[in-house]
Amino acid sequence: MTGRPWSLRRRLTLTLIGGAAVLAILFYLVVRTYAQQIAQQSQDRILEASVTSLLDAAVVRDGQIELDVPYAAFSMLDTAADDRVFYAIQQGNEFLSGYDGLALDDADPGAGPIFATRAFQGTQVRVARLTRNLPASPRPVLLTVSVAQTRDSLAGTLWTISVNAAVFGAAFFLLAAGMALWTSASTLRPLGQIAASVARRGPGDLRPVIRPVPLELSPLVASFNSLMTRLSHSLTQSETFIAEAAHRVRTPLATVRSHAEATLMRVDKDENRQALRSMIRAIDESSRAAGQLLDHAMVTFRSDQLETQDVDLVTICSEIVDRLTPVAEMMDLELGLQSDGPVPVRADPILIQNAVRNLVDNALKYSAAEGAIQITVTARPSPTITVTDQGIGFPQTEMASLSQRFQRGDNAKGTVGSGLGLTIAKDVAEAHGGRLELRNMEAGGACAILHL
Amino acid sequence: MRNLAFVIFGLWAGLVHAAELEDRRLFEGAAGQVTLRVLSSTDTDIFAPILDGFLERNPTIDIDYAVAGSADIVTLISDCPDCFDVVISSAMDLQLKLANDGLARRLPGLNGAPGSQWRQSLFGFTLEPATVVLNREAFAGRDVPETRQELIEALRADPEHFRGKLGTYDVRLSGLGYLFATQDARTSETYWRLMEVFGNLDAQLYCCSGDMIDDLARGDLFVAYNVLGSYASSRPETRDKVAIITPRDFATTMMRTVLVLDSTTREAAATALVGHLISGAWTAQDRPGYPLPSIGAADPSLLNVVSLEPGLLVYLDRLKRQLFLGAWSSALVR
Ligand SMILES: Nc1ncnc2c1ncn2[C@@H]1O[C@H](COP(=O)(O)OP(=O)(O)O)[C@@H](O)[C@H]1O
Ligand SMILES: [Mg+2]
Repeated sequence: MTGRPWSLRRRLTLTLIGGAAVLAILFYLVVRTYAQQIAQQSQDRILEASVTSLLDAAVVRDGQIELDVPYAAFSMLDTAADDRVFYAIQQGNEFLSGYDGLALDDADPGAGPIFATRAFQGTQVRVARLTRNLPASPRPVLLTVSVAQTRDSLAGTLWTISVNAAVFGAAFFLLAAGMALWTSASTLRPLGQIAASVARRGPGDLRPVIRPVPLELSPLVASFNSLMTRLSHSLTQSETFIAEAAHRVRTPLATVRSHAEATLMRVDKDENRQALRSMIRAIDESSRAAGQLLDHAMVTFRSDQLETQDVDLVTICSEIVDRLTPVAEMMDLELGLQSDGPVPVRADPILIQNAVRNLVDNALKYSAAEGAIQITVTARPSPTITVTDQGIGFPQTEMASLSQRFQRGDNAKGTVGSGLGLTIAKDVAEAHGGRLELRNMEAGGACAILHL
Repeated sequence: MRNLAFVIFGLWAGLVHAAELEDRRLFEGAAGQVTLRVLSSTDTDIFAPILDGFLERNPTIDIDYAVAGSADIVTLISDCPDCFDVVISSAMDLQLKLANDGLARRLPGLNGAPGSQWRQSLFGFTLEPATVVLNREAFAGRDVPETRQELIEALRADPEHFRGKLGTYDVRLSGLGYLFATQDARTSETYWRLMEVFGNLDAQLYCCSGDMIDDLARGDLFVAYNVLGSYASSRPETRDKVAIITPRDFATTMMRTVLVLDSTTREAAATALVGHLISGAWTAQDRPGYPLPSIGAADPSLLNVVSLEPGLLVYLDRLKRQLFLGAWSSALVR
């Protein structure tokens, strides 16, 4: 992968927060605009009422306009901000009363009142103007009334509403931002959970993910599962193949060996016998390696599908001791077992057996004659099987890598082996949730401890 | 450009002949540096204690105190807006109009009593009801009327006793008289009936409250209608001779208001004076000798207080004024 990895969560959060910010600003603008309209409308309504009440109070008497201004006409224009009030009354184009500057030249009896915002006396005012025909003889009289008011109260109202809208918008934004954080976290939580559960698995665990997952993740999980299935299938296949191959090699090797032995009986020539003996040794080595491979494949397989039962470690070890004592005696080695009564555990006996046999095999291989090999089984603090010998000991520098597959130590030169013995022991220990500990004895000799 | 105020108040100017100062006195602070020019409708003698109190606290200020009728004040201001810094008047409507026309400076630092200020530029600092002042001797042995209706009945009961002995403001000359008359007319029809009776009994018309109270004390008048009680009670020599009655039906009550002209160059001193007047409006009851009724002392439920709002502009309208004066003259002027 190239470039910096980007975060789905951050992208989701930013998108949501950005959306919330846009909405909050939109909210503020809409409320403000709307409030402005409403405030302007209500000022217009009052101005209109004022103008109308003035016009309603006008009569023509003896050709003269008589306008008994109602107190309410101006009283109703009282505002919280004490807005200034101006007005003009005119007959046709002739100014009658009020503020001259507010009068206009082209009086026109329109249908409804006209509203305008304009400058007057150095400030912005809202003007409402209405023209009416008053019946009179010989001809009707055209009366125009204009009432104007400053916009301080309107500005105050708008300011209050704007501040409130801004506060609401900000609160909305903060809430939405919090929700965005929570949403993106909770949306992506299943992803993290799957990743964590996969990460927690053991190295050999190739089971499919079966926990319920969100719809959107199921394609990913499905392909992950199918990948796992294919992987485990091919692993099994290769292990089966190894086991099969080892088996196939061992059988003809046994045949070849028996032929070689029979031939050895019959030849007398010293150099021929010598050749046959090394041939037999090579055959043994190959068959042993094949056996180890087979064992390893078997251990891997059984470890994957571990089936445990109640077993006694002491019983298993004493069976091994019984079986290997003849071999040990042939090599002038003493093989002993030590324990304080049975050590019951839940385990796969075949695997334990295999592990212990490999450890004892090593002890036999890397011990000098006349030494003693000791198997100790303890129950406390945890069940362990310790195999010690009095041989050359593990090569100190390679201790950490000895239990890897096909890994053999410096001290193994000249010794027959495949490098799988410790691997098998370690795999068995780990399959049971334990570990394999290797160290050297102070008095010399190796010590391998199988913790279960 | 034509002077707007001049156009609008042209009528006043026409009626009022040449507007002139009635009195002018300089009040000197201990270390006077700034001279504050005050144009006021309140007589110097009444206002003097308030100014003395102010100068005591603000010794760097001198006050050039000029007195003119409330209607003349408008003319003087429109003729020469730069000649004064502070305007004090009892004619609320004219004051409000000055403020509405942009002649008053806004003083955002000051806080008047609720309802006693307009646009942060016009501040009320007294609460003074229009009263009926009676000559005690003339009413000896008679029931003292306490409402307008009772006054009408008293006058009707003995018209010859009262003929020529009734007085009220000539609303064509007095700004305060016009304010009281228009607010009375707005409040109740009784006003017009009372004025009919006054007219029938040859009522005397006065330009100023001082003359009215003098005549009342002398016994030339028996009843003075719509006089400020504070004026009558402030003169010790008349106090015993007159009875001051606040009508129980309704008492039209005005606020004496102060504003600072926008053209002033002495805003700090002017603001200090306005602040002084406002604080007096509240604390006067604790201060013996404060000459004017404070807002705090009044019982608001009894009073028909003229509120500071644009409605005050209504009776200043030329057409409206024509109509009102027409009706008033036909009732009172024979
Ligand atoms: N008991 C022991 N003493 C000394 N070295 C040992 C012993 N067991 C194992 N080793 C070392 O660990 C290496 C790995 O052991 P193992 O996996 O059993 O392979 P091998 O087939 O070589 O025995 C050996 O090659 C040897 O070097
Ligand atoms: Mg080995």
